[in-house]
Amino acid sequence: MQTEQLIKMANQVGDFFESYPDQVQAQQGIAEHLNRFWALAMRRQIAAHVKEANGVGLHAKVISAISSYLEVE
Amino acid sequence: MDDIKYTTHTQPVNRYDSDKDYGTPKKLSEKLVKLNIDGVEITVPEGTSIMHAAQLCGVTVPKLCATDSLEPFGSCRLCLVEIEGRRGYPASCTTPVAEGIQVRTQTSKLADVRRGVMELYISDHPLDCLTCAANGDCELQDMAGAVGLREVRYGYDGENHLKSTKDESNPYFTFDPSKCIVCSRCVRACEETQGTFALTIEGRGFGSKVSAGNKDFLESECVSCGACVQACPTATLMEKTVIEAGTPEHKITTTCAYCGVGCSFDAEMKGEEVVRMTPNKDGGANHGHSCVKGRFAWGYATHQDRITTPMIRKSIHDEWQVVSWDEAINYAASEIKRIETKYGKEAMGGITSSRCTNEEVYVTQKLVRAVFGTNNVDTCARVCHSPTGYGLKQTLGESAGTQTFDSVMQSDVIMIIGANPTDGHPVFASLMKRRLREGAKLIIADPRAIDLVENSPHVRADYHLNLRPGTNVALISALAHVVVTEGLVKEDFVRERCEWDSFVVWRDFVAKPENSPEALEATLGVKAEFVRNAARLFATGGNSAIYYGLGVTEHSQGSTTVMGIANLAMATGNVGREGVGVNPLRGQNNVQGSCDMGSMPHEYPGYRHVSDDATRTLFESAWGRPLSNDPGLRIPNMLDLAGEGKFKALYCVGEDIAQSDPNTQHVTHALENMECVIVQDLFLNETAMYAHVFFPGASFLEKNGTFTNAERRISPVRRVMAPKNGHGERGMEDWEITARLSKALGYEMRYSHACEIMDEIAALTPTFKGVSFKKLDELGSIQWPCDDANPTGTPTMHVDEFVRGKGRFFITQYVPTTEKVNAKYPLILTTGRILSQYNVGAQTRRTKNNVWHAEDLVEIHPHDAEDRGIKDGDWVGITSRAGETVLRATLTERVQPGVIYTTFHHPESGANVITTDNGDWATNCPEFKVTAVQVNRVHQLSDWQKDYQSFSEAQIAFTGKKSNKIIKQPA
Repeated sequence: MQTEQLIKMANQVGDFFESYPDQVQAQQGIAEHLNRFWALAMRRQIAAHVKEANGVGLHAKVISAISSYLEVE
Repeated sequence: MDDIKYTTHTQPVNRYDSDKDYGTPKKLSEKLVKLNIDGVEITVPEGTSIMHAAQLCGVTVPKLCATDSLEPFGSCRLCLVEIEGRRGYPASCTTPVAEGIQVRTQTSKLADVRRGVMELYISDHPLDCLTCAANGDCELQDMAGAVGLREVRYGYDGENHLKSTKDESNPYFTFDPSKCIVCSRCVRACEETQGTFALTIEGRGFGSKVSAGNKDFLESECVSCGACVQACPTATLMEKTVIEAGTPEHKITTTCAYCGVGCSFDAEMKGEEVVRMTPNKDGGANHGHSCVKGRFAWGYATHQDRITTPMIRKSIHDEWQVVSWDEAINYAASEIKRIETKYGKEAMGGITSSRCTNEEVYVTQKLVRAVFGTNNVDTCARVCHSPTGYGLKQTLGESAGTQTFDSVMQSDVIMIIGANPTDGHPVFASLMKRRLREGAKLIIADPRAIDLVENSPHVRADYHLNLRPGTNVALISALAHVVVTEGLVKEDFVRERCEWDSFVVWRDFVAKPENSPEALEATLGVKAEFVRNAARLFATGGNSAIYYGLGVTEHSQGSTTVMGIANLAMATGNVGREGVGVNPLRGQNNVQGSCDMGSMPHEYPGYRHVSDDATRTLFESAWGRPLSNDPGLRIPNMLDLAGEGKFKALYCVGEDIAQSDPNTQHVTHALENMECVIVQDLFLNETAMYAHVFFPGASFLEKNGTFTNAERRISPVRRVMAPKNGHGERGMEDWEITARLSKALGYEMRYSHACEIMDEIAALTPTFKGVSFKKLDELGSIQWPCDDANPTGTPTMHVDEFVRGKGRFFITQYVPTTEKVNAKYPLILTTGRILSQYNVGAQTRRTKNNVWHAEDLVEIHPHDAEDRGIKDGDWVGITSRAGETVLRATLTERVQPGVIYTTFHHPESGANVITTDNGDWATNCPEFKVTAVQVNRVHQLSDWQKDYQSFSEAQIAFTGKKSNKIIKQPA
């Protein structure tokens, strides 16, 4: 899938958690959403984008969420 | 009707008999009254009519103007009785029971009076009983017999109505005034049952006649619901199919295959031919009412466009080859195996439809999960109510509405958000209108002035919050802000029933000044004071219920709005009893069921996540196959990957993604890139034009199964005729086709009847544990959860505690959509549906419903039209970032300036050529309700439409059938 599409979708998820007062909770919420609803290949692709391209295009909170909590196995 | 507690001294009366007409509606009262009718003592609730009580004793009082679906009227004077100690002959329909009275229904004096009444009726009635369409099904005929009418002393030569002209304008029923006895049952049915008030009695005395407002029926306000036809005691209002075929000889109760109301119908049959569909009085969702679709628009099942033979082809540019079932199944299986070997199982998937039965959906997802070996299964709820499933699961703990439809009769305040019940859910809308006429308050949040705003007789919205499309979350936050900051939270409820911590976070969030109605006034385009008053009414007006539709879900923040709705209901204590609740109005008949049955890629039946080890082990051991613990692809993911050549095989059952999904060109590009598209359907739908294998399906009249409606009501679908797809063999129900494909793929599904599939579902799904076809036969329908604790089902959910334990609040930050208007695309297009057509129109377009809606029109506000020199009826091009299409304009102030509206019932309209693939953040539900567009006058169809026209004609020709599509176009 085109990475741009995944970036857009991941940022949308991030937007929902934007107003969470607890940052850790927000990051866990973002990652949990991706873990529960995104197919493995999509998760791997966005994780690779974070690792290899510094997550360019992704909001900072989403990058942190993916780096810290995304399951790719 | 429910069980009743009446007793007589001669015989116990335990149940209502739906085949009986009790004359007047059942009354509910704590206070019981004992009386004596023709020597039989009976105890009934106070308020019951003598006529009704008599019928409970087994005594039938002659009647014409009374029927138990309508309030008594007392005009025919046939039901007179004598009451000891009282003077005169009161009408038993309008006289309530009283303690200790002695009633006599048959005396020689009463017989005289009744005979006299009948004599007058018959003196002005054609004596053509033998050739009359109502022969054998006419209450006037029955009453003439019952009262012993033997002569008409007045003769037949006097002034009469026998030469009145028939009105045959309605495609489904005739109105023959010569047979009318002016009993007003039709007029009252139109008012009380349907709430349209299209009919009236015009004139006085001898000149009285039923009139559809001085117009013919088709031109009138009539919505063709059939309530008048159902109520008519004579042949005055009569189904044309009965006139043609004669009276039916047997009937089978089944469930409508149209919208999410899920009306129960009796299929009235002659052999294997349906003569008419009549709404079932016992139907839990409809109580004997219907709409134009379920009542009349079932002719598609035998339409000439129907494809009844399996077909295959190598390429979508080839002609279809008609083949045997074996050949089609084996070809499909070999292609699936080939693609699995070449591209891997992740390149394959399936799509189920809300038009399928629960059993069909269940076996399809089982095939994909257990045999394809992937969780790549999704359903059309993806593009309608997936945010409901997500949002309600998160907040309340279950992905379903909380109430029964009947609950609305206990509501004091009704809030409708992004739904148009009179068009989308007409039978429920009639019930809602009844409650509104009784005085319930109405708040409507909708960019467009739907009929309930002020275009429904005796109903008017107290507040119409005509917000800008795409600002639902801002509205919900503003409403919540008022509730929180004005001290209207039901804190006791929240403390007892909800997670307090989540409430505090939510409360502090919505209380922020930026969430006030004043701060959001410009965003919403709605006066702050209006929003404040609506919020106050909702929070303090008594029982408040929220009903919502696709105007909530089909947005980039659809799931957020659903959660916001749940927040609001919890904060105001409006969950867990009759009259309140969160009520998603489901578009199609089995949206709820198809989601319940595990069609979503991340969950098994009963909304259990695929990563849950215990659930997965349960299914693995039941199915005997290893299952993946990873969520599969959603429809938009499948299409994105297909467009890139990474998704190759699709089994699509009853769904038409090429018409119903957004950004049509993106969808068809994806389909063109697949190597094996298997479509199972009644017709060569738009998706089938891109298919390689076509399995002819069975219509709802041809199969057994169940549908689950918007109130979680599981209702039986019963086979009334053999499937027409046999092609030389025994016809197959759709689940049988899936099972046969499965067998060809090496996995046998051993079911001999749909009921065995339900048994498997019940064994594996806690909320369905107590459901079986046998119990459905006994109870009529069952609202899940149905388990040991609730053996007859659960009408109202979350009564003592939420399914998730404590209700959870979520903060709902408004995030404007990225689909923004600008100078190039200055207008917002929003889409919807209308009463006479259904979804992609595959069914209704193949019925006479087209007389009401032959083409999709685009509604434009007169100001916007004037700016662009557009007049009513002009052809206009609608251009978005995704594509362009051309429709005819209708100018109306129902839409606000800056917003245009259209429907998507006709494929050539290309409404989804212009919608974009923007979607809901949580579920990818498309943002159908917001597309930035420009409109201009044009003189020819769009390029897409021209291509579509030639492509679809070629595709239809490939089947050997003739195209009968008439595409209207600019002159």
